[in-house]
Amino acid sequence: MIELTIISWIMAFLVIGAAIYAIETKDLISAAIAAGVASLVVSIMFLVLQAPDVAITEASIGAGLTMAIFVYAIGRTGRWEE
Amino acid sequence: MRKVVAIILASAFFAVLLVSFSNIQQADYGEKEYYYQNPINGSYANESVPSHYISNTKNETGAVNAVTAIVVEYRGFDTLGEVTVLFTAATGVSFLLYKTRGGKKRTEANLILKEGSKLVLPFILLTGAYIFIHGHLTPGGGFPGGAVIASGFLLMMLSYPKFFMKEKAVSVTESMAGITFAFIGLLGLVFASSFLQNFLPLGDAGYVLSAGIIPIIYIAIGFKVGSELSSIADKLKEVQK
Repeated sequence: MIELTIISWIMAFLVIGAAIYAIETKDLISAAIAAGVASLVVSIMFLVLQAPDVAITEASIGAGLTMAIFVYAIGRTGRWEE
Repeated sequence: MRKVVAIILASAFFAVLLVSFSNIQQADYGEKEYYYQNPINGSYANESVPSHYISNTKNETGAVNAVTAIVVEYRGFDTLGEVTVLFTAATGVSFLLYKTRGGKKRTEANLILKEGSKLVLPFILLTGAYIFIHGHLTPGGGFPGGAVIASGFLLMMLSYPKFFMKEKAVSVTESMAGITFAFIGLLGLVFASSFLQNFLPLGDAGYVLSAGIIPIIYIAIGFKVGSELSSIADKLKEVQK
């Protein structure tokens, strides 16, 4: 049985905070990095919830490749949201 | 106004999810079977499938990692569709972003990043290969392994502005991996009864050479995903101005 320890609560609030920041900020690079932070913390949560397969995929694709592709795409368009 | 509507919709969606998942009994993760009531007609459909997977996977497929057995063996056709989706996405990106190489000159990365990434790249590639070769034994598999390999090439692209993937090598690798996947599926049709069915001996569970066609298919998927994702990153880098 998994208990919601204090670390789980901290991780949950970190994920929600990073997601809200990624939506609200006008700087798109910061938004991409915040989304990457959110998926990194989510991958740790998957590991805690005994799903290591999903955790590996989330860490490599969500936190690594997607963020880099977002940064490339932002470099191609504009950095600031209007 | 729009924000209020969005908040109302989000909370309604959350409430629906909460109601529909509240029927799951308190169970230990992965240890007991749970009963999931269908919210539409109230039946207890599919209640035997999870317990079947948990108790019979090792005998039926020879794979120690049940997730891999489900992805490649029981739901192999879905995985073929998933690979096709990724292939279509990569093709679309390269069509959209087709342009001659070059563009604006970028500043060189500093010495520590360049030499460090040269030093680290073999280990990243080795980790990726380990993840997809041992997909049926340890957590991981073709998709994360391929993503790890692509992130290694991405590191090289970030540290060397003139580093480009060899387009021919990438496309040959990708098509050979795709052909291998489909061909093994067809061999299953020939030697066993249906598409993508296992026709090789299962071997001793826990060894690398076991579980029949699972390692072969996952190695093919690893190469395919790795080349596709690195070609997407390469295409995005090429057109950067």
